[in-house]
This record gives sequence, C-alpha cells and structure tokens, in this order.
Amino acid sequence: MPVFSALEFTGTIGGQLMSLSSTDLTIIVLYFILVLGLGAYLRKFTSSGDDFFMAGREMTAWIAGLSFISANLGSLEMMGYAALTYQYGILAAHAYWIGAIPAVLFLSLVMLPFYYICKTHSVPGYLQLRFGEATRSLSAISFAVMTILMSGINMYSMAVIMKVILGWNIHFSIWISSLTVALYVMGGGLLSAIFNEVLQFMLIWLGCLVIPIAGLIETGGWSGMVQRISRNFPGQDFTHMWRTLGSFADNPMGVHWTGIVFGWGLAISFGYWTTDFLVVQRVMAAKDLRSAQMGTIIGGFFKMMVPLIVIVPGLLALAVLPFKLVPESMASVPGAHTYNEALPLMLSRYCGPGLLGLGVTALIAGFMSGMAGNISAFATVWTYDIYKPLIRKQATDTHYVSMGRWCSLLGVIVSIGTAYLVMNFSSIIVYAQTIFVFFIVPMFGTVIFGMMWKRTTPAAGFWGLFAGITVSLLLWLWVKMDPSAIRYVAFSSHAKDMAENVYRAMWSLMANVLVTIIVTGFTKPKPEEELQGLVYGLTQVPSMAQLPIFKRPVTWAAAVGVGFILLNIWFW
Amino acid sequence: MTIKKMIPIWFFVGGLLTIYGVLILAAGVHEYSLPRDSTVAMPNLHLQIWWGIGLLILGITYLARFRPGR
Repeated sequence: MPVFSALEFTGTIGGQLMSLSSTDLTIIVLYFILVLGLGAYLRKFTSSGDDFFMAGREMTAWIAGLSFISANLGSLEMMGYAALTYQYGILAAHAYWIGAIPAVLFLSLVMLPFYYICKTHSVPGYLQLRFGEATRSLSAISFAVMTILMSGINMYSMAVIMKVILGWNIHFSIWISSLTVALYVMGGGLLSAIFNEVLQFMLIWLGCLVIPIAGLIETGGWSGMVQRISRNFPGQDFTHMWRTLGSFADNPMGVHWTGIVFGWGLAISFGYWTTDFLVVQRVMAAKDLRSAQMGTIIGGFFKMMVPLIVIVPGLLALAVLPFKLVPESMASVPGAHTYNEALPLMLSRYCGPGLLGLGVTALIAGFMSGMAGNISAFATVWTYDIYKPLIRKQATDTHYVSMGRWCSLLGVIVSIGTAYLVMNFSSIIVYAQTIFVFFIVPMFGTVIFGMMWKRTTPAAGFWGLFAGITVSLLLWLWVKMDPSAIRYVAFSSHAKDMAENVYRAMWSLMANVLVTIIVTGFTKPKPEEELQGLVYGLTQVPSMAQLPIFKRPVTWAAAVGVGFILLNIWFW
Repeated sequence: MTIKKMIPIWFFVGGLLTIYGVLILAAGVHEYSLPRDSTVAMPNLHLQIWWGIGLLILGITYLARFRPGR
C-alpha cells in the first residue's frame, strides 16, 4: 500500500551517503543483465492475450504468492516505513499486521473464488460483469490514471534516493531503471513481471536481512534495543503497538485505536488488498483456485514477516544512530539526515563492500518490482477495460496483445513525464498518494456489496462508488483549505497526516455503503440468472473438503491468523 | 504457453545467488586479509564472509534442485 505522506522529497539534497566499490557495481550490473535476459527469454512464451495479460494462468502457488507480495514491496514502501518507524515507532507495523493480514486472508478465502470463477481479466472486469459498463469505466479510468501517476512519483522518488545515497544523476536513474522495466514487461508481459518479482523478492530479503541481524547483535537483542531507545528518547513509547492507543495524545501518531481498527484495518486495508488490481492480478494468474488461495496466504505470511526487514531497521536507527534524523523540511540544514534516510543509513552502517552492493540492488529490485506491478496492471486495465470496450470492440487477440506491449512502453513513458512533472511540483507526491488510497477504498465497498448481496443494483454499484470517491476528495479538500477541520474529520486536533488518512477512509467507506443501500432500495436489481458465478448464494464454489486437512487453504489461513494474533499480543 | 517447457525461475535465482555469493565472499576475504580502518560497525563480525558463504550454499542448492532436465 502506498506510504501515505511519509515520503515527501523537497528536492534539497546534501552530499551522498555512501560510495560503491567495484564489487558493488558488478553486483548491480549483473542484476540488470539478468532481468533483461529473463524478459528476452520469456517473450517467446507469450503469444496470446491470456499469456501476456494473465501469464497463461499457469502460476504455482509459491510463484503467485511471492509475486503478489513483491509487487507490494517497493523500495519506497521499504524506505518509507523505515522512516515512519523512526517517527512513530512500532506503530508503523500496523501497516503489515492489522493493516494487511485480515484483508489478505479475506481475499483468499472469500473473494478470490468469485474473481477466479468468473474468469475475468481484472477487478474492473468483475465490476462490468456485476454492475455494467458505467461502473467498470469509472473504476478502470480512475485506476489507470492513479497507477500511472503513482508510477511516475515512485520513479522520481527512487531517482532522488539514488542521488542521496549514491550521488547518481537523477535523469540517469530515471531512464535506466524505467526503460529496463519497460523492456522486460513489453517482452513477456505479466509472465515476465511475475518471474522478475520472484527474483526481486529473494534479493530484497537477502539484501535487507543483514540489517536486523547485525543490529540486534550490536544492541544485545530486542531488550537491549528497547533500553537504548528509552535512553535516547526518554518519556516516549516507541515499542508498543496497542497500549498507547487509548488516547489521541498518548502516541506519536496522534491516533486512537478506533482509527487503526476501522480506518486502517478495515477501510484502507480491505480496499487495497482485495480490490487494487496491482496485487490481485498476481494471484488471479495462478493455475487453479487452490493455488490462487494458497498463493495469497503465502504472500500474507511473508507480509507478516516484512517488519523484520523494515520496522526493525527503523527501530535500530532510533537505538544506535549518534544523531537525530530530521523531517524533509529541514533537509537543507548542513549535515542533517532526514527520516527517509533511516534505511540507507543502517545499510551503510553494517554493510561493507559486496554487501552494500547487494543492499542497493535490493532497493533497486524493490523499485522495479513495484513499477512492473503498476505497468503490467495498467496494460491489462487499459487494454481490456478501456481500449476494448470504449475504443475498439472488435479486434483479433494478436491486436490486443500488441496493444498490451505498446501500452506497457507508453505507460512507462507517461510515468517518466509524470516524474518530471513531480520534479517541478514536489508537493504533488503527498497529495497523489493520499488521493490514490481513497480511489480504492470505496471500490472495496462496491465490490463486496456486489459479491455478497444479490439485491445490489447496477445503479447502486455506480453511485456508491461515485459517492465514496467524492466524499473522500471533498474531505481532503476541506482539511487542505481549513486545517482546523481535522478535529471533525479525525475526531481530534492532535491527528497527524496518517491519522487523518485512516479516518477519511472510514468516512469514504461509510458514504459508499450508505449510498449503495439507499439506491438499491429505489432501483431494479439484475435477474438472478445473470448473477450466476458472480454473487454469494448463486455461485458454485468448488469444495476443498476432499483434500487432506494440511492441503486446504483454510488450514493455512488459520495458521497465519494465529500468528497474526500472537504477534499483536507479543508486542501489545 | 506451457510453464513446464520453461527453465524454472528458481534456476535463474540460484545462478545469481551463486555468483553473488562468490563475489561477496571474495570481498570479505579481501577485507579480512588486508585489515584497515573499517567504515562499518562491528567489523570483527566479518559479515561479508558469512553472508557470502550463505548465498553460495543457497545458490548451489537452487541450481542443483532446479537444473533444466532434472
């Protein structure tokens, strides 16, 4: 899920943090050679639309699952949440636990059967089958625009990171990284994106895992790290997840537990994990329903483990750095390091030649996996949900594959344009990330009503989605024009950006639910025969009862669920 | 398309990790044999050597387990 407002780069850049040896550079170059080689190799396996856009629907559970989580684990995600941890402490881990796991398990057990059985190419495609063309068009166009915008913003932010860490030229970073992604996605489509994401997943973990291991050795384990943080920041609690959430004023985020549970854990999390096509596309490419469900659960397990390589480094920065990091607004102070440099600083603290190259490769791999996710999802939604129904209805499969290849390149070029636009208006980053999140929150309301309540009408689907988007945008504008309005939107004048986001998500979802129910009451539903395979109660979901218990998705979902509960209790 | 005809992605992963293992191990041995003022915390841990060996073992395991035609 996008990092809300943590990553605001002001463009004021000091000296570089580290320099690379020839071994480090060799490691980075080898990575680029391999991803390009994989793209070229996989091109010959993608001739039909199903091959290019859905990877032939032949992925195993492991490949689909690792790709599912890798597309989410961009470098900005990693660096952003390490920065958030430095600001808010372990509260940032809510993004990985309550902000992900319940939704991922819900996707696996409840929603995936519908996506999978109706054989649609995309989430907007499901909305077309369930509610009609208008709802599909609204969701597809907003998704396409936001995906490209986010892709460009991520690209620019990554280039700035490379400039800060390594002193690389911004234009060089933008063009080399994005054209590499374009080449391998153009060649092999989703197949190439997924295979590269599996490789990138391995590199991200192997490159970043060295930080928590070395850091916890240095601090004498978890309790030693907590003691150091308490010593460095007396009177502040950075290491408990729930016990400071009884009051808005008791925690550094300025949030109440209701915001975390209902705003983050329900509205934002379910919106992102169950309806954002960027991640859902990966598991829809699995070879059968069980693999899709198991892949999602595997992805959920690794999502639960990500705090080890993202949150722990942020906490270690609080414990071991001999200086305090500062907000981006103070980046121009000589010698100052910003929150966003928390992860690179820890990388340079523990990694010598070779390991540093692996760590930087992990960051580049994270960027590429996130961008390839955006581009492959954009290519599918553009081709199947915008171009085919609205521009050219009748064409051959070869034509649509060709369109997919070219619009992958076009998507990258437009993203580069967005990156240069952002360079001139850096505050767009903060706004766009916020807006992006709220386009997908109401989508969850619309999809879940469509799946679970057969009475929901096509008009209600459209107007519910429209109302959710409108309310979120209006609330955002209200707070921008009158900052004191935060006390109404987020119930507290103490609320920080992130707290504001989670409460706005709640309002957006409530507007969606309310309008959907009201409009349904006054309009005509679709006949039941048109809802077969789309709605609960009218869909034959294959039973897994004949499988041994350890092969059933529900068993593994329960295991991940228990792990999720134990972790929350452990770090309460 | 059939995925069965492809070289498994894990084979490519194994190849890259093996090469990375060799490079990082060599860098670690080089640092160990030519001690100088280190820029990293806890240089006596020799993380590069341990990490290099770990990557090498992982990479070779993947190469052997997922080699084409196995």
